[in-house]
Amino acid sequence: MKAVERATKEQLREYLWQMLLIRTFEERSSEQYMQGKIRGFLHLYIGEEAIAVGAIAALQPQDYIVTHYRDHGHALARGMDPKAVMAELFGKATGCSKGRGGSMHLFDASRNFMGGYAIVGGQLPIAVGLALAAKYKGTDQVALCFFGDGALNEGEFHEAMNLASLWKLPVVFFLENNLYGMGTSIDRSFAGGRQVYRAAEHYKMPAREIDGMDVLEVHQAAKEVVEWVRQGNGPYFLEARTYRFRGHSMADSGEYRKQVEEEAWEHRDPVVTFRGLLLEERVLTEEEVAGMEAQAEAVVEEAIRFADESPVPSLETLEQDVYARP
Amino acid sequence: MPEITYREAVTRALREALKDPRVFMMGEDIGAYGGPYAVTKGFLHEYGEGRIKDTPISESVIVGAGIGAALAGLRPIVEIMTINFTLLAMDQIVNHAAKLRYMSGGQFSVPLVVRTVTGGGAQLAATHSQNFEGWYAHVPGLKVVVPATPYDALGLFRSVMEEQDPVIFVEHIRLYSTRGPVPDELYTVPLGKAEVKREGSDLTLVAYSRMVHVALAAAQQLEQEGINAEVVDLRTLRPLDAATVVASVRKTHRALVVEEDWLTGGFGAEVASRIQEGAFDHLDAPVGRVGGVEVPMPYASNLEEAAIPSPERVVRRAKELMGA
Ligand SMILES: Cc1ncc(C[n+]2csc(CCOP(=O)(O)OP(=O)(O)O)c2C)c(N)n1
Ligand SMILES: [Mg+2]
Repeated sequence: MKAVERATKEQLREYLWQMLLIRTFEERSSEQYMQGKIRGFLHLYIGEEAIAVGAIAALQPQDYIVTHYRDHGHALARGMDPKAVMAELFGKATGCSKGRGGSMHLFDASRNFMGGYAIVGGQLPIAVGLALAAKYKGTDQVALCFFGDGALNEGEFHEAMNLASLWKLPVVFFLENNLYGMGTSIDRSFAGGRQVYRAAEHYKMPAREIDGMDVLEVHQAAKEVVEWVRQGNGPYFLEARTYRFRGHSMADSGEYRKQVEEEAWEHRDPVVTFRGLLLEERVLTEEEVAGMEAQAEAVVEEAIRFADESPVPSLETLEQDVYARP
Repeated sequence: MPEITYREAVTRALREALKDPRVFMMGEDIGAYGGPYAVTKGFLHEYGEGRIKDTPISESVIVGAGIGAALAGLRPIVEIMTINFTLLAMDQIVNHAAKLRYMSGGQFSVPLVVRTVTGGGAQLAATHSQNFEGWYAHVPGLKVVVPATPYDALGLFRSVMEEQDPVIFVEHIRLYSTRGPVPDELYTVPLGKAEVKREGSDLTLVAYSRMVHVALAAAQQLEQEGINAEVVDLRTLRPLDAATVVASVRKTHRALVVEEDWLTGGFGAEVASRIQEGAFDHLDAPVGRVGGVEVPMPYASNLEEAAIPSPERVVRRAKELMGA
């Protein structure tokens, strides 16, 4: 059976919708950054959309997500309101973190979206703890933890992998391997060779590599893995191969990658490819797709308007929420 | 009132905390080994592996897993064998535990207790004799508790278990075997309330943790020489009860801050600053400080002893402040 036949039309449409939404959100964010509406660091997810969409669709509402600072895609795929996310990027009171976190630190307790973490590797131990709590309480929750290839070389990665495996905790370690940590290619940072997923072998943790540019492949793998982990079999390591189409952040000169390499990956654009597939398989018509694209534009436009018109946090909030009680 | 040791007080506090099924403990050698300082002796047998978790030597993930479990509604108590090793968990403590409530706009709480052991004087040399509680007190979002007596260890810990935020609970390596009165009746000691341990009229000695005992011993010696020292125990560094300190100095007109840590950039400087802000017009002498000699702690007994503040050094400095 072809992968596309395993999903319902509604699911396929939803995946495309989310990918379009993220793509549009990121492109418009970039533009807002240029206009000075968004400040600080802005890390775009363009090129990697298939991962967040495919993986998060495999979760239940009770499951936990932790991720890194390149987190807009994960937040939107988890169903967070684009208005609240954009407002956070704008540093507004209506943002999902009340303007306290910015782009790198999105949170939504109501969706068990436990945060974007901007210290490379810092989220991995926390994911282990969420999984530990699930096991301790006897729930069937799973913690899905995204991280980049840069985190592979942090001590926290190894501590987290070891403990999760030792205690058989329900964590999915999801490596978004986009082959670079800022300007340093994985060949120049990781001694473990090209089959990165084999880093899990040392911890007796099952692992596999998947194509992060193919939303259906990501989803199929994530579904199998999440359910396997949910059964109490312990953690699993997934490595998705991907590529970011933009700079590391908005301040990237982009001199460290070869144009041929970039073009080869852009050729495999996950949004374009998936849209093409759905048209080819006659799941959607050209008109339907055009309608979805227009819809994504409208939703993001509305998010920008909302963010723009929202108030900045009042100065009275400056010292709130440092402690439950001082 | 029955007397128990500081170690027994902490053990009792932990047993009480473990009555709550949301509470569990994690740390290096807290279970099968019985705790590096025998605080959790017998716990593994009593509470089982599910709640008394021996971990690998992985300080980051011990604290990080504690944060995750706390986010998920549990009440983890994690132990980092000594405060020297908390440096390997500093990312989790400072960058994550202390930030999540604020940065999430109040959506998340991290009710995590990190127990650890501070201090020199056990001839463990430079890597194992440090006092980093002041570093953690620097960070908004953390609370730092530094009991000096068995009474306070138990009473403060009871309050700590009511907190919704991360607390660094700092026990002193040389206090475990000290004894003090602890009532059988339930009591608590609130965070952020310093205690006047000894009343006096001539100068105020401010200290915390083991230095409280050094200050008390110094006060006794000073009394022989006709100098009547008041001793204030801070009990918690954050929140800091500057008001009690300032009130004492306004009465005595002189202050000497005693800390085991190095003075440069140390917590005592913060206390001295609060005193001059709050009692400048009442001071008859500059605020004095006594601290650890600024060297990596040596091993040899005589050198180590010379590096750590002693009652004699406190007395000498106090007399200088008195102009005596
Ligand atoms: C501990 C730490 N060191 C350095 C940085 C600076 N930094 C931010 S992102 C980054 C690259 C991380 O690359 P990777 O994990 O591959 O994620 P990607 O950006 O490719 O998604 C670096 C070095 C940081 N945030 N945290
Ligand atoms: Mg990368």
